[in-house]
Amino acid sequence: MSKITADDVRKVAKLARLDLPEAKIATYTGQLERILDYVAHLETVDTEGVPATTRAVEVVNVCREDLVTPTDVREELLNEAPQREGDFIRVPKIVAS
Amino acid sequence: MAGAAVAPASPVTSQQAPWEAVIGLETHVQLGTASKIFTSASTAFGDAPNTHIDPVVCGLPGTLPVLNQKVLEYAVKAALALNLHIAEHSKFDRKQYFYPDLPKNYQISQFDEPIAEDGWIEVEVAEKGKQTYLKRIGIERLHMEEDAGKLVHAGSDRLDGSTHSLVDYNRAGVALAEIVSKPDLRTGREAAEYASEIRRIMRYLGVSDGNMQEGSLRCDVNISVRRGPDAPFGTKVEIKNMNSFSAIQKAIDYEIQRQIKAYEAGEPVRQETRLWDESKQLTKSMRGKEGASDYRYFPDPDLGPIEVSDAQREGWRAELPELPAAKRHRYAEQLGLSIYDARVLTDERSMAEYFEAAVAAGADAKGIANWVTGDIAAYVNANRLAIAELPLKPEQLAELVQLIEGGIISGKIAKEILPELLEQGGSAKAIVAERGLGMISDPAAIAAIVEELLAAHPEEVAAFRSGKNKLQGFFVGQLMKKTGGKADPKLANQILIEKLNG
Repeated sequence: MSKITADDVRKVAKLARLDLPEAKIATYTGQLERILDYVAHLETVDTEGVPATTRAVEVVNVCREDLVTPTDVREELLNEAPQREGDFIRVPKIVAS
Repeated sequence: MAGAAVAPASPVTSQQAPWEAVIGLETHVQLGTASKIFTSASTAFGDAPNTHIDPVVCGLPGTLPVLNQKVLEYAVKAALALNLHIAEHSKFDRKQYFYPDLPKNYQISQFDEPIAEDGWIEVEVAEKGKQTYLKRIGIERLHMEEDAGKLVHAGSDRLDGSTHSLVDYNRAGVALAEIVSKPDLRTGREAAEYASEIRRIMRYLGVSDGNMQEGSLRCDVNISVRRGPDAPFGTKVEIKNMNSFSAIQKAIDYEIQRQIKAYEAGEPVRQETRLWDESKQLTKSMRGKEGASDYRYFPDPDLGPIEVSDAQREGWRAELPELPAAKRHRYAEQLGLSIYDARVLTDERSMAEYFEAAVAAGADAKGIANWVTGDIAAYVNANRLAIAELPLKPEQLAELVQLIEGGIISGKIAKEILPELLEQGGSAKAIVAERGLGMISDPAAIAAIVEELLAAHPEEVAAFRSGKNKLQGFFVGQLMKKTGGKADPKLANQILIEKLNG
């Protein structure tokens, strides 16, 4: 039913920065197609006149006061980075995608 | 879709029609809240790198962003001031891209349901040597989003040639309002006036300091050129990296000419992002846009939708101050000020309020305007004072102006006592009474002084009477000297001429 092409799989992989070997493309094309077919069952439900929702629990306007609460996890967070340089997080040379 | 580079229609339809630029601005305004948009980390500027980070800022798994109430209030107030319609229902989306300034690999923004859409502002376009005109500029939308971090490229002053980059997430997660104009702007000057009016409005509202040097207000420009208003749009080019209004104007004017020259030489204009180079005064290519980004927006499951009730919206609307455009109109139409004076007085809310308080104290608006835009503005700027901190209070300025209006003191005397008033404040009336600076406006007293003067300078009197009219100035000078500038100038002149002519 769904039409996933090998090119769609290559594009999704590229967007997600996944290094997908060409040999695996066919496998994932089939698997993604089965997943989409499964989800497509939802289309059998009649949603005429039902407003779209993006969540299961309807909550609105969940807000907090504009208050500053310092945390003491700065060092811990910086140390979690793959590379740290003084107060900075160091990242490899950035190349255009 | 990625890779689908569409060849644009040629913008040239008629060789006769003059070129016209089509310009739109995307303005990012940092909202001046104490804490970030989705977490309680501080938004303070200028601290050591990565001082204001926490697990939400860094996007660690298991953290939950919660919207800052003040961000919503500021965004709605900004939107109301821009005449936008506030959405009854609005939501946050994830905009996905990979870049080291974005710790989560997505930015929380608003995609298809922004908080506000479809508004406008009135811009006054003033340029030296040209007629000032008003123009209504449409605004497409305003949405809330989080700012990204800051990158320092090491080994080079720019990205090309750098060996690695250093990341500072202090700015990551600071609340932004992105304001997108309609493509209604036609010149660099119009764009600069539009951006400065946005900044002025944000500062009036108190929702942002609008500091361009610190990046609290940033503009990206979209620009294309075409042959006349009926021709199809040319290729759209984006310009970034302008950190002043004059840079916006110059970058656009440069880019308009660059594109026209390219079309006229039969060269293509590429769809790309260009950077304004302030030192070389030109735009240069940063990156092509052919592989159009695919951000794969989807609703952020961590954040519930926003619903602004009528009561909430009207409550916030009632808190809006009078805005600069309304003040400009009122000053010109009701107070009789010139367009120029109205513009200068309303540039900063604090100056407008100072002016209004002085007028309310009962002095003539034009008289007050002259002092405020002249000596007072100069003093405040030279001493880097906020006008609200000025020792000379608006009521005291009004008193000084009333003394001049009432003929109690001359303008010259007012100028003489002004430095003292600016530094210490105080009552002009009291100073004048205490030092006997009041104007001499008794004709008999002036006549007596003139008689004395003529008796002391018989040669000059003779010379005047034999036709040397220029000597009148000499006598006026002597009279003012003798009276310490206190003689009523009009009356003094009149009596002097009478006596000189014998």
